[in-house]
Amino acid sequence: MRLPWAPAANEKDRREMLRRIGVDDAMELYKDIPREIVLEKPPGIGFGRQLSEWELRRIVDSMLRKNKVYTDPPPFLGGSVCFHTIPAVVDAIVSRSEFYTAYTPYQPEINQGLLQAFFEYQSLIADLLEMDVVNVSMYDWSTAAAEAILAAMRVTRRRKVVVAGNIHPERMDVVKTWLLGKNASIQIVDFCRETGRVDLEQLGNIVDNNTAAVYVEVPNFFGVIEDSVDAIAEAAHKRKALFIVGVEPLSLGIVRPPGSYGADIVVGDAQPLGLGLNYGGPYLGIFAMRWDRKLVRQMPGRLIGLTKTIDGKEYGFTMILQTREQHIRREKATSNITSNEALMAVAAAAYIVLLGGGGLRELARSIWLRSHYAAKRLAELEGVESPLFNGEFFKEFVARFPKPYHTIHKMLLEKGVLGGLPLADKPPLMDYYSALFCVTEAHSMKDIDKLVEAIGEAL
Amino acid sequence: MIPRARGSWRQARWNEPLVYELGSPNNSGFICPYSNEDAELERVLSTTPEEKLGRMLRDRAPEIPGLSEIEVTRHFMRLSQMSYGVDVGPVPLGSCTMKYNPKISEDIARDPRIRYLHPYQDPDTVQGLLEMLYLLERWLAELTGMDRCSLQTPAGAAGELAGALMIRKYFMDRGEDRDEMLIPDSAHGTNPASAAMAGFKVVRIPTSENGTVDMEALDAALSERTAGIMLTNPNTLGIFEDRILEIADKLHSIGALLYYDGANLNGIMGIVRPGDMGFDIIHLNIHKTFGAPHGGGGPGAGVVCARGELVDYLPRPLIAKKGNRYYWDYECEKCIGRIRMFYGNIVPLIKAFIYIAMLGGDGLREAAIQSVINTNYFIALIRGVDGYDLPYDPKRPRKHELVLSAKPLKQETGVTAEDVAKALLDRGLHAPTIYFPLIVDEALMIEFTESEPRRQIEEYAAALREIAREARHNPSAFKQLPKNTSVGRLDNVYANHPRSVTPTFRILRRRLQGEQLSL
Ligand SMILES: Cc1ncc(COP(=O)(O)O)c(C=O)c1O
Repeated sequence: MRLPWAPAANEKDRREMLRRIGVDDAMELYKDIPREIVLEKPPGIGFGRQLSEWELRRIVDSMLRKNKVYTDPPPFLGGSVCFHTIPAVVDAIVSRSEFYTAYTPYQPEINQGLLQAFFEYQSLIADLLEMDVVNVSMYDWSTAAAEAILAAMRVTRRRKVVVAGNIHPERMDVVKTWLLGKNASIQIVDFCRETGRVDLEQLGNIVDNNTAAVYVEVPNFFGVIEDSVDAIAEAAHKRKALFIVGVEPLSLGIVRPPGSYGADIVVGDAQPLGLGLNYGGPYLGIFAMRWDRKLVRQMPGRLIGLTKTIDGKEYGFTMILQTREQHIRREKATSNITSNEALMAVAAAAYIVLLGGGGLRELARSIWLRSHYAAKRLAELEGVESPLFNGEFFKEFVARFPKPYHTIHKMLLEKGVLGGLPLADKPPLMDYYSALFCVTEAHSMKDIDKLVEAIGEAL
Repeated sequence: MIPRARGSWRQARWNEPLVYELGSPNNSGFICPYSNEDAELERVLSTTPEEKLGRMLRDRAPEIPGLSEIEVTRHFMRLSQMSYGVDVGPVPLGSCTMKYNPKISEDIARDPRIRYLHPYQDPDTVQGLLEMLYLLERWLAELTGMDRCSLQTPAGAAGELAGALMIRKYFMDRGEDRDEMLIPDSAHGTNPASAAMAGFKVVRIPTSENGTVDMEALDAALSERTAGIMLTNPNTLGIFEDRILEIADKLHSIGALLYYDGANLNGIMGIVRPGDMGFDIIHLNIHKTFGAPHGGGGPGAGVVCARGELVDYLPRPLIAKKGNRYYWDYECEKCIGRIRMFYGNIVPLIKAFIYIAMLGGDGLREAAIQSVINTNYFIALIRGVDGYDLPYDPKRPRKHELVLSAKPLKQETGVTAEDVAKALLDRGLHAPTIYFPLIVDEALMIEFTESEPRRQIEEYAAALREIAREARHNPSAFKQLPKNTSVGRLDNVYANHPRSVTPTFRILRRRLQGEQLSL
């Protein structure tokens, strides 16, 4: 049979190669496998036969036709992942196959381009966060948060972690899963029903001398910006616990960067930075630390650094501090991660420099204005509380309706509008009447008016 | 043959500045959508973010350079020309399965009907995508002899962590206090690291002279503390663990479990299944075996599958079907929960769907066979070449990969595996994996996959032969290699020294301003 992507299978080549190996039949190369488990024939998976590109395209097309894509207006669904625009140049760059068909640059001299792009990603994120050390990536925001907590437990040699109760519920789940084997105690801090912000007093009472870390998200699951970050940092540091902050990177165009208020570790997701939706992944877990020997020695994941050639004449880039990693340290490694989301880091780097600091500020401002416009317009509808929380927010906000939101949501779908995220089954709110909306640069005033109008009709 | 330029290969060398040296924070290549509306919005809201953010306002724009689109394009285009992947030449990194990545997959992955789907969209609006994921899950389960798979794990290592946590939770639920995980000394570093993250103590099992698990040592290690064993088969030497059924019996008979590291499936897919070997939980590396690209390190995708009772412990949600409708099953009575957010790295998973769909079961098997032929053909070509040997039962056929030792070369000439790697780079060939597995001195771990043409394999063998010859004539020259890559050999001491280590431009900036920074 002819393999579409493997050239050597022609009869003559195969015969000659087998002769050189010294066997008559390729199956002789498998004779050390116990006979009783060798399959008589391969499993009949796929579509029962080989497919040409054209046939495959048609099958895939017939399936994808069943998906519904919302672009007019773009989705208003929130939940940490939102619809953002992707500049075409970002796609063009990550489509370069020198990048995407490469492996992790174990041989730095032949992959300087990739390494420089990674170094630039690390540097750009560092400046966005005002943190000093950034790794090439974790899998996503949730695993970055889990790894941050694990790192904090190693640094402090403590087992208690204090987590804000208003973080994304799936991130809460992931943190719990990753800590299953660690004998950790996770203490959850309540949030204020009016502001949507973490209960500072309770947090202060829970943090003690056994606390490894305090984890909060800015903005939190409700889109609300925690404004007592300085006090939270103080509460953590007073007890020698680490302060871990989760951020949405675009918000940092106008919101104070975590490095400026004492964060020891910062995590987040680069999804808004040109990565697209892709039904949940791949995204990119941001992971950053302060310049501190004790911290950075516990950093998980790949780090790229600047170096020189051995003759000292030129600069170059290479993977650094590898003695932290699994291939050297094995069970004592800071993490098991090896494959990560590196190509997404190239995309994010290209996106960030296309915007520049000024462009990021302008974009963040525009998102702030648009999301506030949407919240205000919704509030004009009778019986709608919008935003539900009065804490200042960015991009996402919760609105509460006079009837169960899922019925409204259905009617919106019928009009081609993908509305907010129903919160009936989403902790910590679990409210049938509420939804989490996300408004970005992709939404014009007209799009927002359309949403409000459609909701008005559904009420 | 037409005459060609003489001399050696040379990689592009652009001396490309950092983006910080190219752009300024006041520049931008981005036009913000609907920015004409911003003034109107401020009027309607009768406030501004500056006013409302109060003490949480960032006082000035981030110190980040901006570039125009043409500058961004050129910058990254030049960087791409100083990079090397499978589309440029062979990347026979052992254990990494660097096969060709079909272009049709890249094409389809950009379809807006995948890209523009929000993870929280109603399942009824993504039935097409769910159907693909459902079929993929069924195919992978069938191919490996397992009952169900979770598509959630974003990479192989995350699959291992999931698996180790499943084992932990399984024994916790049974009230059994088992805290030891057996791992062969030839295993990939992620195995012990994952086991440790799940709270296990790692017990090392040595490799016997013939390159497989030392059965006596295994017997000695088994106890009521044993939770399980993590194995890859074929192992990292490329050798099939021929006593796998015995191993499975030994573990199962004391109530322990078997975990399969699926990174090495490529040479046996469609021929033998981990489920039939007796494994209870497995992971697959979608970016190795199933044609999704590595992306310079990622994104890949993992898939973790289980049999029998262990299915209940898989990370949730699982893809499921009722009648004609596909949905996510969140039912989690015993499961370990979520390993990451949402459902998995969808794009690489779709590429695996395409890979399997186009090859079919017969094609996968054929690919496996071709990869094994390529391995053993290369062994035949390199056998007897002075400087390298094939440790552990050299007569025994290897599967997806082989591990040479350059120890004889080093003893004779001082030229190390790393030097050999750099000499290969200098010829425009990517080096193999070096110094892994740890049980082989001066290891050169080579995996061609089914993708490499015969001619390319011959060229690679010839290059290694030539390198061994040159090493005898002029060993000192090797320490200066490579010379033809975009940069010469890099200084690892400088890179890692506490007083020179520089992980970001932010640190470089401070160093350049004369600050003494030490890590
Ligand atoms: C044998 C083996 N096991 C596990 C892994 C880990 O897989 P991943 O890189 O997808 O996390 C790898 C590759 O890195 C490997 O080669």
